[in-house]
Amino acid sequence: MKQGFRSAFAIAKKDLRTELRTKESINAAASFAVVILVLFSFAFPLERDEFYAISGGLLWLVYSFAGALIVNRGFARELPNDCLDVLIASPAPGWAIFLGKAVAAFFLLLIVEFICLPVFGLFYNIRWTDSFGQLVLVILLATWGITVVGTAFSAVTVNVRVRELMLPVLLYPMIIPLLIGAMGLTTALLSGESSSADNWDSFRLLIAFDAIYTALALYLIDFVLIV
Amino acid sequence: MHAVAADRVWKYFGDYPALRGADLEVPKGSCLALLGRNGAGKSTLLRILAKLSKPTKGEVRIDGAIGYLGHGIGVYDDLSAYENLILFGQLQGVARPAEAAIEALQRVGLERVKDGMAREFSRGMRQRLAVARAFLHHPQILLLDEPFTSLDDKAIAVLQTLLVGALRDGATIVMSTHQIREAMELATNVALLERGKIVHAGPRTQDMLLDPGWLYRTYGESSS
Repeated sequence: MKQGFRSAFAIAKKDLRTELRTKESINAAASFAVVILVLFSFAFPLERDEFYAISGGLLWLVYSFAGALIVNRGFARELPNDCLDVLIASPAPGWAIFLGKAVAAFFLLLIVEFICLPVFGLFYNIRWTDSFGQLVLVILLATWGITVVGTAFSAVTVNVRVRELMLPVLLYPMIIPLLIGAMGLTTALLSGESSSADNWDSFRLLIAFDAIYTALALYLIDFVLIV
Repeated sequence: MHAVAADRVWKYFGDYPALRGADLEVPKGSCLALLGRNGAGKSTLLRILAKLSKPTKGEVRIDGAIGYLGHGIGVYDDLSAYENLILFGQLQGVARPAEAAIEALQRVGLERVKDGMAREFSRGMRQRLAVARAFLHHPQILLLDEPFTSLDDKAIAVLQTLLVGALRDGATIVMSTHQIREAMELATNVALLERGKIVHAGPRTQDMLLDPGWLYRTYGESSS
């Protein structure tokens, strides 16, 4: 178990190091997310209050688009030189390989999200700093959900020729409950409704989603990696 | 005592049986040359032994840590040689990965370029890095899929030296190859795979060493 966590840490560190060197997916995801935010701000000429009403939906649509770009590289990064074979042949258990990749994708997506947040505030004239602590909690929970499901599907589609298309097709329907919770919570927090009972239900939904899909992915990953 | 054993292993790709009840036993400390023509099932069998693929039927038993050298070099282009080996040392549970990495780089003659990115290396240097990676943790079992193919002279010499050393230290080697002459010099045992079945397995004899084609003529399909 301890060696498994060490392996997961080594894989996460390797993925972060290679990504921060090449900036292959982080540049693409960050610029794509910022461009979408800017385009939406021109596409929907709404009043300030109306923007608040759709703020959560808008933000999480952009984050989920960026998330697909980030997680898509997760296992695809192992394809050149057959590195995935070497990982699987090592004593590192499948769950450790998965966990390392999910953790790396989580941090990469967080970087993109925190780059987008000021852009979002600026172009939509929305104050996001008032409930910053709770907003960060929502971002952490929902981002983990996106990356854990996305990384699992990245493993499923790694050998598929059209994986860039397949992954979003599989990912988005699966994370609908997570997005509903995150969008509702974010809208409520940005609108200043930080303590309603619905919010706690949404928090519980995010926690349950993360727990269930993390457990499922860790348990099932061996069946996906070794065929 | 066998370090590697395959018991009636079948592997289907769709309807196509790549392996058809392959049986294999490799004694500890021996070097098995797994021979066969293209498509005979050598790589499939090695992938199953390396737990990269599941057999459709049958089972395999592996007694020891594996070092695997496949068709790809299995190193990351955007990491330095040193970083690559430290990573694989950590994955293999090596006690001091940094020291093991330096030692492995010295063995393959890459210690002077340890901080160079793998993508900047020549083909021969990349191959030697792959060899260093496979031998890094002093595995008890080496599974090598056509290890001599497209290696330059220096890499072949390095690999042969490491293989001889590993055998001397008691490691077990299973290598598939088309380079029969190089393989026969190292092999203590041979197995011939034809259309997914082992048609001959036994010690490497003097006949095979003197005439590498003898095995195919005697036991291969063309013999019947």
